[in-house]
Amino acid sequence: MTDTTQAVRQAAGTRTIRLEVARYRPGQDAEPVFQGYDVPLMSDWAVLDGLNYIKDQLDGSLSYRWSCRMGVCGSCGMTVNGEARLTCGTFLTEYGEGPVRIEPLKGFPVIRDLVVDIEEFLAKLTSVRPWLIREGEDPPLTAEYAQTPEQLEAYKQYSMCINCLLCYSACPVYVLDPDFLGPAAIALAQRYNLDSRDMGDRFDVLNQDDAVWGCTFVGECTKVCPKHVDPAEAIQRYKLTAALRSVLPWSRR
Amino acid sequence: MRRTLEPYLWLLFSGGGVVAALVLPVLVLLFGVLMPLGVLDWPTAGHLGGLLGNVLVRLALVVVVVLCLFHAAHRIRHTSEELLGIARFDLVVALLCYGGAITGGVLAVMLMF
Amino acid sequence: MKAPPAAYRPRRDHLWFARTRNYTIFVLRELTSVFVAWSVVFLLLLADAVLGGRLAGFAALAAQPWMIALNVLALAATCFHAVTFLNLAPKATVVRLDGYRLPAWMIQGGNHSLWLAVSAVIAFFVLRGFH
Repeated sequence: MTDTTQAVRQAAGTRTIRLEVARYRPGQDAEPVFQGYDVPLMSDWAVLDGLNYIKDQLDGSLSYRWSCRMGVCGSCGMTVNGEARLTCGTFLTEYGEGPVRIEPLKGFPVIRDLVVDIEEFLAKLTSVRPWLIREGEDPPLTAEYAQTPEQLEAYKQYSMCINCLLCYSACPVYVLDPDFLGPAAIALAQRYNLDSRDMGDRFDVLNQDDAVWGCTFVGECTKVCPKHVDPAEAIQRYKLTAALRSVLPWSRR
Repeated sequence: MRRTLEPYLWLLFSGGGVVAALVLPVLVLLFGVLMPLGVLDWPTAGHLGGLLGNVLVRLALVVVVVLCLFHAAHRIRHTSEELLGIARFDLVVALLCYGGAITGGVLAVMLMF
Repeated sequence: MKAPPAAYRPRRDHLWFARTRNYTIFVLRELTSVFVAWSVVFLLLLADAVLGGRLAGFAALAAQPWMIALNVLALAATCFHAVTFLNLAPKATVVRLDGYRLPAWMIQGGNHSLWLAVSAVIAFFVLRGFH
């Protein structure tokens, strides 16, 4: 999107929209401050295009993450007018005359401007062992594990997660208590729990006060999920699983 | 691995939630709103006494009271911690909430039997 | 790896529940539990009055304007609780028939039908009973 200036300004005419962007420059700002930029209001521009225009034309010091621009990589999640959104899939025209407030995702330490620290999430994700666990075999590389359409359907929805962290940012439980294992990690645990090929058991990780039992079913994680994963459902389902396994003595622990 | 009581508390909470949803609105509507407003006449003391004379009714009432109180205790515990930011006092809050529910249950049993 | 020391950690937002409409509805949904507890207390007072032969006194208390106001609130809260709780039930209980999930609206419809039926049975026994 660097071939802008002239062509873009002509196409947009004189119409612009104001973006109020949270800036945090460590060592310079004690806490985030808002800086306003006017960008062309193009009908086909997402918020991310506006940020790229700022970066390329107005202020090269602005920092933010992005990659694919098509809602797959999950790196451009930010807080837009108070809502957790993928900025590549949120159009400027949604906000009328503006202004549009762009802040980093809530609930995470801010490294710089719109860039947040996701190390703690990565550690949580690893803790649920989000991969197929197999036992007692060393199959040849050519081995296939065929599944019926029903077996695929049982977990497919939960496999669509792109780790964009919108669900964490929208979850008041997580924002109030960062120790909460959180929506995406639990949904991904369920993605493998419900996979007919998986032989692992994640009960000890999930059946914890800070894991599924921390959730009070606000349901915002599901509302903001750009891939319709429904983490809230994944968590409630595992609550039932864990509760039944706790009371039924003959169930496996 | 740390043991947790939450699965058991959650089952009581869920059961109480279902029971509260099914029986409380109609009872509040009848005894709390329609009868005091005079829309419906109060049943005679003999009729209500007759209902409570049935041991099954009294047993059901105790179950309803205990489950609903546990439902309320569980939600009040979590909500107060989230609203007021007192999660670090969880043990005290939990003791107060569930203690209240247990007290109510004991009172109900003493009343009915 | 820890966050770099210069990372900014936002302070606790004491008004988080007022930030979005959905958060406020969530908090109101949770606060229905206070009225659930009150409704149980009210029913215990009623049972106590019936068993102690003081139904007339209880009826006079229940007819106080503040008491009626409180119980109208309790009625709204318990209804809100019933609707939300019965609607959210299919999230935890996934019913599979022939390999595929029963759609949520079927479970919700069943729950609400059951609510109506239970309410009708209770009202019947309270108001008429078998003579």
